[in-house]
Amino acid sequence: MVEKSIHEINRRIKDGSVNVVTAEEMVGIVAELGADGAAKEVDVVTTGTFGAMCSSGVWVNLGHSEPPIKMQKVWFNDVEAYTGLAAVDAYIGVTQLSESRGMEYGGAHVIEDLLRGKSVDVHATAYGTDCYPRKQLDTTITLDDINQAVMMNPRNCYQKYNVATNSSNRTLHTYMGALLPDYGNATYSAAGVLSPLSNDPNYETIGTGTRIFLGGAQGYVTGAGTQHDPTNKFGTIMVQGDLKKMNPDYVRAATFPGYGTSLYLGIGIPIPIINERVALATAVSDADISTNILDYATASRARPKLGQVTYEQLKSGTIDINGREVPTSSMSSFKVARKIAGELKDWIKRGEFFVSLPVDRLPTVGVFKPMLQTQETPLVGDIMSGNVVTIKQDASVYEAAKKIIESEFNHLPVVSNNNSLVGIVTSWDISKAVAEDKFDLVEDIMTKDTVKAISGETIDIAAYRLDQNNVSAMPVVDKNDQVIGIITSDDISKLLARRC
Amino acid sequence: MKIRINVAPDIVVTPIIAEVILETRTLLNISQAHIDSTKGEIIADVPNDEFNKIKAALTSRGAKVTVMDKPISRDEDECVECGACVSVCPVKVFTFGEDWSVNLDEGKCIQCGTCIEMCPHGALTLEQ
Ligand code: SF4
Ligand code: SF4
Repeated sequence: MVEKSIHEINRRIKDGSVNVVTAEEMVGIVAELGADGAAKEVDVVTTGTFGAMCSSGVWVNLGHSEPPIKMQKVWFNDVEAYTGLAAVDAYIGVTQLSESRGMEYGGAHVIEDLLRGKSVDVHATAYGTDCYPRKQLDTTITLDDINQAVMMNPRNCYQKYNVATNSSNRTLHTYMGALLPDYGNATYSAAGVLSPLSNDPNYETIGTGTRIFLGGAQGYVTGAGTQHDPTNKFGTIMVQGDLKKMNPDYVRAATFPGYGTSLYLGIGIPIPIINERVALATAVSDADISTNILDYATASRARPKLGQVTYEQLKSGTIDINGREVPTSSMSSFKVARKIAGELKDWIKRGEFFVSLPVDRLPTVGVFKPMLQTQETPLVGDIMSGNVVTIKQDASVYEAAKKIIESEFNHLPVVSNNNSLVGIVTSWDISKAVAEDKFDLVEDIMTKDTVKAISGETIDIAAYRLDQNNVSAMPVVDKNDQVIGIITSDDISKLLARRC
Repeated sequence: MKIRINVAPDIVVTPIIAEVILETRTLLNISQAHIDSTKGEIIADVPNDEFNKIKAALTSRGAKVTVMDKPISRDEDECVECGACVSVCPVKVFTFGEDWSVNLDEGKCIQCGTCIEMCPHGALTLEQ
């Protein structure tokens, strides 16, 4: 059994005799020499990843103004930051959106602008106290003007991530990018073979205190990240580093159209090869790491799993989802991940970066629990009106008009002979048909792609769908597509008003 | 060169194309066709020197012809080579290179605009 101490490895870094390879290179080395030989041969394996890390942000300390202010609210270029702490500390979170520019500019952009030396407008308000009398502040600052700018990210560097696809008939705008209708594409994230935590899945060397490459500077792991889920191999880490020392190549603001802003951040973690077990773990390849394909068309935390794929399959450009060939896109850059692993390797070789063992290990068991909800979420079935008048698809326009007048309903769900939903017809469709002298059957004038609700879904989902489609009512169907009611935006707003 | 042919829904598309091919004796290399009840749109490659002839033949039959000479352009400073654009382009303008660079073959672009909405770094634009 090969055992190497961290001091021995750091001594080699110092005298320049260290042997460093990237996690990609290590796959072949272990295949050739075995874990035992590789552990003797290699001292450090470097990893890297570069992708959207939404749980990120920067603590800034602005210094005191004259007269002083205890900021109660603060904005940087119109992006609000959190300042529920002492007078002039604030946390700029990357996903906070600009109040004037919306999704095109957010906290991530403020951070990138600061790092690029651009000036940023600060606006703060306060209630005024004896010790902090000032109530308003406006100033313009650059990164050099502020005391500290410390990046502190509660959750980065997912061990691996789900693959996203979309079974619905409309494009979805998500944090996994645009998902085209009808399984038009599938997107994935994380670096596979280079992914830091996948190369140390038992967290033997990555833990609290581990020195890392963060945004182009030296940073640290401060502990397990939020939502750390080691039991399911979805580990995460919390990290910290000095923004002032970072490199804008590795700290890049992003906007996912229709979703919001995020930060693309480069992280590289060195794995000191202290024994064969650690060496073997770093031999993990794209083919060894598998992840789940989830259907983002279901707007639920329990998205249906459509299958499993490996990173090797994902990187081939297409994957198979239920017999269809679906093109894949990576949301994170493997090229930059490789560059980071390479740069970290150079730092170590040049004796500029020393490896460390954690002062505390990350938990190796534990799961990410769903939210405890103490208020019941009403379902569509609870508030819909069961009093719905339907019309058969082969009925005449005349019959439909009569039904609308008699029932005083403006929307008639159209059903087939076995009572399943095939469309919807409104008084507007009928007027139009009459105006055009089209006295055909209902099925000729109805709207076919009906927006519908399912009795078992929550009203929040139904409300979002009404909004998205700009309609005021939807027929409600049961599991078998049988029309059992109707739900209107009125029903929903009444209920939401009661909830507040 | 690449051209886009738009025809109104009340004109039947297929015979027009056939007629034009017969009349001009030039092949339209059709790469995309979207024809439904609301519109008909066809993207085709035509030999440069035959363009005028083809255009005249199409326009005389009520079609609109646009030359597609303003393909997608990428701001290299903004692009991080993530590859998000790769899977959404219908004509595979973007491909990964050996070293995981994201290569761009703008000659293939049919200016549909899908990739613009996909790029997290706002690196892609189409000239109006
Ligand atoms: S999606 Fe944008 S940033 Fe990513 S590779 Fe394509 S152009 Fe570059
Ligand atoms: S505009 Fe359309 S065809 Fe052109 S590169 Fe983008 S997705 Fe491809």
